[in-house]
Amino acid sequence: MEKFSGFKDRNLAELLRGRIKELTPREQVKICHVCGTHEWTITHSGLRDIIPESVSLIAGPGCPVCVVPAREIDEAVWLSLNGVTVATFGDMYRAPGSEMSLGDARGQGADIRVVYSVRDAVAMAGREPEREFAFFAIGFETTTPMNALEIPGCPENMSFLVSHRLIPPAMESLAEMEDLDLDGFIAPGHVSTIIGEKPYRRFPERHGMPTVIAGFEPLDILMAVYMILKQIKEGIPRLENEYSRAVTFDGNMKAQEATSKVFDVVDGAWRGIGVIPSSTLRLKEEFSRQDARRRHDIEVGPGRDIYPGCSCHLIIIGKITPDECPLFMKACTPEKPKGACMVSSEGTCRIWAYREDL
Amino acid sequence: MCLAIPGKVLEIDGRTARVDFGYGATREVDVTLVDVRVGQYVLVHTGYAIQVLDEEDALETLRLWREMLGYIEPA
Repeated sequence: MEKFSGFKDRNLAELLRGRIKELTPREQVKICHVCGTHEWTITHSGLRDIIPESVSLIAGPGCPVCVVPAREIDEAVWLSLNGVTVATFGDMYRAPGSEMSLGDARGQGADIRVVYSVRDAVAMAGREPEREFAFFAIGFETTTPMNALEIPGCPENMSFLVSHRLIPPAMESLAEMEDLDLDGFIAPGHVSTIIGEKPYRRFPERHGMPTVIAGFEPLDILMAVYMILKQIKEGIPRLENEYSRAVTFDGNMKAQEATSKVFDVVDGAWRGIGVIPSSTLRLKEEFSRQDARRRHDIEVGPGRDIYPGCSCHLIIIGKITPDECPLFMKACTPEKPKGACMVSSEGTCRIWAYREDL
Repeated sequence: MCLAIPGKVLEIDGRTARVDFGYGATREVDVTLVDVRVGQYVLVHTGYAIQVLDEEDALETLRLWREMLGYIEPA
């Protein structure tokens, strides 16, 4: 990987830091990202401490586990308690539903399988035809195409509980929240490898917000901050792509085609945020057999997203930081999480829990 | 979740490739979603390659950044 090691160059980062300082205006600038991996880099590389205080780097809804409504986790729990083997990613195992997580359901005898890839789930269902399987399909645009590939030909005894979400509509809702008052977006690099540059055009064009697609090295994020500050200074908001070594203008067309063949875009709920127009996916009619919701008569209530006292709904939209939540590292810890943001390794609270200075 | 790891493609057999992630770690990766050749670098997410990394673009980006920032290579 030595070919790409230049993006870890400390001396270059130091120079960039100087340029950021020169460009920083006196008034507060709020730059929002929407990616758990960006938050990890920012927090664990200490980037907030090396840029001027008047530049705030805000974590938006970038954790796909955290934004799955409790009701959909309840559906997965219901399936698992009614004889269906539920396969999902590790982070989803402990995400709290209204009453219990999939991990709790396992404690009651449910068969829950944690997998690294949907391929593993498909292989399991193929090996165990006597069992009924459901894959709890969560994730943003980066994770959707894999499921789209596997759904048409998956084994007869397998269905998908689809819980995918789309990032640009969530960014749109943040841009429209007046009290958030954001000045720019760092767009998520790996979502962008799939969707390309076009879906972000609306942010500079409609909302006057500088937007930069960024990679995941500290240098990538510093460069994105620099580019946004430069746009603010010039007064010309535009879309730029700092991560051009991985993100092309059109994105991954094969992935986009696979996704649109299988899914329709519909309005949908986000945990702690509410319904966002055209932000979730539903399996097309012709894939009813593979749709866990059409295949099983799942019975769940409306769902309870927020544990009493928990501030996940404010942390998810970047309105407050984890250390402002009264439960953070007291009643809510990585070992005993109360809110979804503390469960997933991409959740803002979980990432902040391992900061050495808190 | 959107974590993607870069790796070098060692061999390709149909829709599956063996990818080297460095330090001796190799893994089978599904390459259905990309057009890739042996020797190229891919970004891998949950067992699937999602994009081919553009080495020339990476070097050019670094060159431009160094130029813009007035960076002088340490001797």
